[in-house]
Amino acid sequence: MKFLYAAYAVTWVIHITYLTLLSRRYRRLRDEMQDLRKK
Amino acid sequence: MRRIFVILALLTFGLLSYALYEGMVAAPTEQTMGEVQRIFYYHVPSAITAFTLFLINFAVSIIYLARRNQKADALAVSTAEVGVVFCTVVLVTGPLWARPVWGIWWTWDARLTSTLLLWLIYISYLILRRYSTSGQTPVIAAVLAVFGFLDVPFVYLANRLFRTQHPQPVYFGGPGSGADPRMTYALLMNMAAFFCFAALVVWLRFRLERARQDFEETQALESLLQPDARSPR
Repeated sequence: MKFLYAAYAVTWVIHITYLTLLSRRYRRLRDEMQDLRKK
Repeated sequence: MRRIFVILALLTFGLLSYALYEGMVAAPTEQTMGEVQRIFYYHVPSAITAFTLFLINFAVSIIYLARRNQKADALAVSTAEVGVVFCTVVLVTGPLWARPVWGIWWTWDARLTSTLLLWLIYISYLILRRYSTSGQTPVIAAVLAVFGFLDVPFVYLANRLFRTQHPQPVYFGGPGSGADPRMTYALLMNMAAFFCFAALVVWLRFRLERARQDFEETQALESLLQPDARSPR
């Protein structure tokens, strides 16, 4: 059973990690856009 | 647009929860492998989702090569990146299923090796897009995507053409293939849930890429209008 739970858990860890990275990239791009507008 | 996104997100969440119940509880336990066989309901839909995303990447790469359409390029990079995430899930859940069933984590058979190769092809595609400074990067990436996709049919056919440690196809594998209808239903529910989830993530990634393209265009225009004092005269 531990392999089954590990497989299901690791699937969501991978997806959540990717979504977190994606939201960080969004924030960084938004900040860069604001900097550009200030110039 | 935002309303459609929220509706799709709610539908995806509901579908993922229901599919999880179908895979973990409602589907019958397989007789030889036992409970661990339920990894099937995440492993197979992830693989099919990755292949579908690579197919879209292949199609939009051809469109980009033909028309130099920026939206096609943004969709290409989005599908490749999300496809790699799903392919990573396949490569991680596979060994977690193999260890209790085969007694080994990995073997270099045709199906497993070609899947690893597929992952490496699209990783190199993403590295190329991230680090290349050439103005021709989207064109080179599109060509790599077109040739890289040739591995997808090979992965699909690998356990039909060769003797592999990986099991023979459960569906469309000739006489004797197929599964209990309740297992098939659980698999289809998980596939639908993973497709919706992938569509949602591709949507987010596509919007980010379009915003990045706009930002780079604005930056380029800005640098043309306000020449840097350090630039050579």
